[in-house]
Amino acid sequence: MPQTLAEKVWERHVVHRADGEPDLLYVDLHLVHEVTSPQAFESLRMHGRGVRRPDLTVATMDHNVPTTVGPVTDEVSARQMQALQANADEFGVTLYPWGSAGQGIVHVIGPEMGYTQPGMTIVCGDSHTSTHGAFGALAFGIGTSEVEHVLATQTLPQRAAKTMAVTVEGDLPDGVGAKDVILGIINRIGTGGGVGHVIEYRGSAIRSLSMEGRMTICNMSIEAGARAGMVAPDDTTFAYVEGRPHAPVGAAWEAALDEWRTLPSDRGAAFDAEVAIDATGLQPYVSWGTNPAQSVTIDQQVPEPASFDEPSTRDAAVRALAYMGLAPGTPIREIRPDTVFLGSCTNSRIEDLRVAAEIVRGRTVADGLRALVVPGSVAVKLQAEQEGLDRVFSEAGFDWRGAGCSMCLGMNPDILRPGERSASTSNRNFEGRQGKGGRTHLVSPAVAAATAIAGRFTTPKDLP
Amino acid sequence: MRPIGVIEGTAVPLDRSDVDTDQIIPAQYLKRIERSGFGPFLFDEWRKDPGFVLNDPRYEGASILIAGANFGGGSSREHAPWALEDYGFEAVVAPSFADIFRNNCFKIGLLPIELPSESVRTLMDAVLDDPATRIVVDLPDRVVRAPGLDESFEMDEFTHRRLLEGLDDIGLSLRNEAKISAFEATRPGWLPSA
Repeated sequence: MPQTLAEKVWERHVVHRADGEPDLLYVDLHLVHEVTSPQAFESLRMHGRGVRRPDLTVATMDHNVPTTVGPVTDEVSARQMQALQANADEFGVTLYPWGSAGQGIVHVIGPEMGYTQPGMTIVCGDSHTSTHGAFGALAFGIGTSEVEHVLATQTLPQRAAKTMAVTVEGDLPDGVGAKDVILGIINRIGTGGGVGHVIEYRGSAIRSLSMEGRMTICNMSIEAGARAGMVAPDDTTFAYVEGRPHAPVGAAWEAALDEWRTLPSDRGAAFDAEVAIDATGLQPYVSWGTNPAQSVTIDQQVPEPASFDEPSTRDAAVRALAYMGLAPGTPIREIRPDTVFLGSCTNSRIEDLRVAAEIVRGRTVADGLRALVVPGSVAVKLQAEQEGLDRVFSEAGFDWRGAGCSMCLGMNPDILRPGERSASTSNRNFEGRQGKGGRTHLVSPAVAAATAIAGRFTTPKDLP
Repeated sequence: MRPIGVIEGTAVPLDRSDVDTDQIIPAQYLKRIERSGFGPFLFDEWRKDPGFVLNDPRYEGASILIAGANFGGGSSREHAPWALEDYGFEAVVAPSFADIFRNNCFKIGLLPIELPSESVRTLMDAVLDDPATRIVVDLPDRVVRAPGLDESFEMDEFTHRRLLEGLDDIGLSLRNEAKISAFEATRPGWLPSA
């Protein structure tokens, strides 16, 4: 029977299967960060259990870390970071701590070090673990109890998932990138549209994307409620993985390639749900509300809540507009952010920074606007500095920072003040996500860069 | 985990859809390294509004939360169910839940009960109308009872038994230790390790 990519990876990791029970799946890679792991390690200690496979466990610090030079001044943050260091030492887990060359956002360092490979099962106590699905891995976020479960057993009981094909065919218009594709998909299927499903992104528009672009798309699968997002591995994938520190070499590389080439969904494989998107009709998206499905294209206006049929959607729109301080009918291009944030596990990779740097090169950030660029990892930062991108950003008036989650979530010093409005390349526009009372508009790196220059939402081609 | 049986009590009507885990417990409270003490920060921002339902004294002491569709979306933080549990909730009833949130609830024994939208609406209206309305979430029989409602909910046998008996999930998986070791012996050598 023809199988989908997700089914193949799943089937190849079943350790135990019994009627009426969830499958017990083996976990190839367990990524760990400081926020969702301390209680898991503590519970291991309480039960006298160890980490079964420290060699398949990789930890880093990202959520709490400051992105400026200097000590961690928040004592509670410091305590959480120290706890991870102590746990890694005690249980023999490899850790890339703050200040080390390997540190960065967990979903950026995994791929760049070659830990993330096709066909693997990857979990992390972080919902954006779906990012790694870009390589054709089955990767999903878990809670702290599950983190403990994986640490202790290297397995996880998992109820069968449904499959969904999201097919994006055609050429993306100029100025439309991966972020716009995924915002468009979420706008179409809704924040709960993917619940219970593993999405496979297919079609010529997906095939044409770089690994960075595919990671951006898979990253936000969770924003559609999906359990995971995947893209079939192809030559683009293999070229990205080859030569990375933890990638196979020599005969092992050839053996891996043979295996990886068997992964794409078989012809005729059936999906539980299918969605088709016309790439040629996509435009840059800007979110106007407080969930990632509440977005419009940049040429549109803030919607009128009465335009939504469903009462709960209408109520949510009314509440969102009140929180966002926006009037229905306001053209998106007239909205003026106070802050532009370029970063997060969605859009902080070298390609994102290159796109943004080309737009701001020789230009100046609008008066009074705060703009910051936060590379996803120390490696991305160094690469960008080698290419001179740091100078391009700095000369334009951007703040060039160290690696971390930064302003994607209010856990470190980079936050919005109450009422402040941002254009952000991150993934969530929830109330208070970037700081209490902060108002987030999700956009692509290209729109973020152009908006920083213009001082209002705009696209690169509309800059003078 | 402690075994769960029949939950009976009053309920809080949270008549909103898409309640994300950032609202349930904001990120600034995730810096704690302890497992307990999150209840005071439950719905922290919304509770600053005196009109928010959790501030209504008529709903004090409730053990069941009734909410709109797609409850618990967003971040995987288990701190969200921890906060709900610490506050005193034993069950959340909604038309649908986000996957990770639902998993996290099952792990700690907070019941995420999915009922059809119309039934959740009936419960919501009953509780809005009369905050003293008693609701029964009967786990052994897998049914929710309230005045004018007697509705079964779905729960697979494995999860049902685990919750009723309070079984340790890790212990259950480790019963398959021999199979785990056998699987490990077959893993290709080229897979990455730290």
